[in-house]
Amino acid sequence: MIEILSNAALATVQDLGRLGSLRFGVGTAGAMDDLALAAGNLLLGNEAGAAGIEIPVFPFKVRFAEDCVFALTGADCGARLDMAPLLPWWSHRARAGQVLTLGLPQGAQRASRAVLCLPGGVDVPQVLGSRSTQMRGAFGGHEGRALRKGDVLRAADPGRACRTGFGLVPPAIALPLDIDGLVALRVLPGAEYLGFETASRAAFWDGEWRITAQSDRYGYRLSGAALRPVAAMELRSHGIVPGVIQVPHSGQPIIQMRDAQPSGGYPKFGTVIEADLWRLGQAPIGSRIRFIEVDWDQAVAALEQKQAWLAKVARMVALQHSAPTGVSA
Amino acid sequence: MKLSTTGRAAPTLSLLGTTALLFEAPGAMALESQQRIWALAKEATGWPEVREAVPGMNNLMLTFVRPPRRLAELKERLAAAWETVTPLAREGRVVELPVRYGGAGGPHMADVVAHTGLSVEEIVELHSAPLYPVYALGSHPGYCYLGGMDPRIATPRRQVPVLSIPGGAVSIGGAQTGVSASAGPSGWNTIGSTTMRFFDPARDPPATLRPGDSIRFLVEGIEA
Repeated sequence: MIEILSNAALATVQDLGRLGSLRFGVGTAGAMDDLALAAGNLLLGNEAGAAGIEIPVFPFKVRFAEDCVFALTGADCGARLDMAPLLPWWSHRARAGQVLTLGLPQGAQRASRAVLCLPGGVDVPQVLGSRSTQMRGAFGGHEGRALRKGDVLRAADPGRACRTGFGLVPPAIALPLDIDGLVALRVLPGAEYLGFETASRAAFWDGEWRITAQSDRYGYRLSGAALRPVAAMELRSHGIVPGVIQVPHSGQPIIQMRDAQPSGGYPKFGTVIEADLWRLGQAPIGSRIRFIEVDWDQAVAALEQKQAWLAKVARMVALQHSAPTGVSA
Repeated sequence: MKLSTTGRAAPTLSLLGTTALLFEAPGAMALESQQRIWALAKEATGWPEVREAVPGMNNLMLTFVRPPRRLAELKERLAAAWETVTPLAREGRVVELPVRYGGAGGPHMADVVAHTGLSVEEIVELHSAPLYPVYALGSHPGYCYLGGMDPRIATPRRQVPVLSIPGGAVSIGGAQTGVSASAGPSGWNTIGSTTMRFFDPARDPPATLRPGDSIRFLVEGIEA
C-alpha cells in the first residue's frame, strides 16, 4: 500500500488506455508517455499495460506502508527515498515507512511527467476494459478522479520479490528525434491538409510551435504562424484519435491528447503519429516543437521501431530477473 | 465530384495517423446514409484488423488492432462493402427532454441570434419542432449526435473552443445539435440546458441512448 502525502494535483492512475468504447463516446485516456509506463512496468516484470501513476505536478510524495519494489520512469525528478537519491528509469526497493519524494523535472532531457509503477500494477477496478482515469466521465482509475492527499493505493502484487537496482537508457536518448535542438514530431497529413493555403502548409513544417499554457491531457494548444484554410471548412462530426491536429477558425492548431474526446469536427491538418505521442506527452508547457512530414510506411516503421525498443527492454529485464538472486545493487 | 464505378458519388477515405481510418459517405446528410453507415459498422466490426467501428455523422471511423500492412486492400474492401450493404433500419425508443432555453444555461443564444438573424422565440420553435434521430454517440461518454436539425438555425462552431460547458447543455455546432452528458470543453454554441443521465459505466451497454433512438426537446422555459 502507498499513501499519497502531497496535494497530488492532476496525478492520475493510467494504463495504456480504454481502446474499445469509442462508440459510446468514451475517449481512450491512458498514459501521456505510454513508453515510460510500458518500460516501468517491464522493469518490475509486469505486463507492459499494467496501471501506473502519472505525475505531472511536483513535488510529489508517497509513503510506502510495507516493503515494496517500484520503478520510476518518465521525467527525471531528482527522486529521493527518504534522503537517498534514486536514479531515474530504474527499479528500486522501499522498506515499510519510507517516503518517496519527486522534485521538479531536471537534466538535459527535461521532461514533464514522471511515472511510478508498482508490482502487478496499481490495483484499481477495470472499467470498460481499462484502469485509466476517465476524467470527463468521472470513472476508472482511483474513484474516477485525480489523486489527492490521503489517498491509499494498493499494488496488485505487493509482496513480489523481483530483482531491483537496474535500469534503462531513457528513450529520449535511445530513440532521439529533434531539429535544431527542439523536440520533433512526425506527422501524417490529414483529410483537410490540402484545404490549407500553400504558405500555411509550408509554415507548419518550417516553423517552430510553442506549447501554450492552455495545454493539458485533453489537448495541446499551439502558438505559431496562423494556418489559413483556402475556404472555410465546416465538417460533420466524426471519430478522431489522440494525435490528431485540429485547426479551429483561429488558425492556431490543437493537438488532441490522451483525454481528448473521441470525435470532433474541426478541420484536420494531420496526425502526430502513434509512435511519437510519448515525446509530445513529455514536452513541457512553454517549450517549442517542430514537425516532420512522413508517409504511411514511415509512420508504420516508426511504430515498429518503438515496439522493438520495448521488446529489447523486456529481454534485458528477463535476463536480470533470471540472474541468481540475493544481490540487489 | 468523384464518381465510383457504379456511377454514384464516391466516398472519401482518409488516415488518422496509423491509429485509424475515416470513411465519409458522399452526398447530403441523410438518415438513409446513416443507416448504411450503421450497416457498414456492423460488417467491419468482424474484420481482423479492426479494433472498433465507430459511426459518426454520415461517416465511420475504423480503429486498428495494429496498422494494416496492406492499406489499399482494406480501403477497397470498405468501399466495396459500402456499395453492397443493406441500410440497417432501427426501431428505437423516443426520449423526451424538457429544455430551458436561453438565460444563464444558454450563454451563446445571442451568437445564434446574431448569425441566423432570427429571434430567440423563432430559434426555440425551430429547435424544439423535430423528432431528432440519434445518428451516433461521440464527444464524451453518453453524448448523442442528432440528425434532423432545421438548417435555418445552423451556426458555425466557435472561433475558439470554450474550456468548459456544463452537463445538460443543449448546443448547436454547424448544422448539428446535441446535449452534453457531462461538463467539459466544447466548440459548440450552447442555447439551453436540460437534466438527464446519459451514461453509467456499470451498465451494459453503458450509454442510455443508442443509434436509432430519437430525442424530442420539450420547451420548459425561455429566458432572454
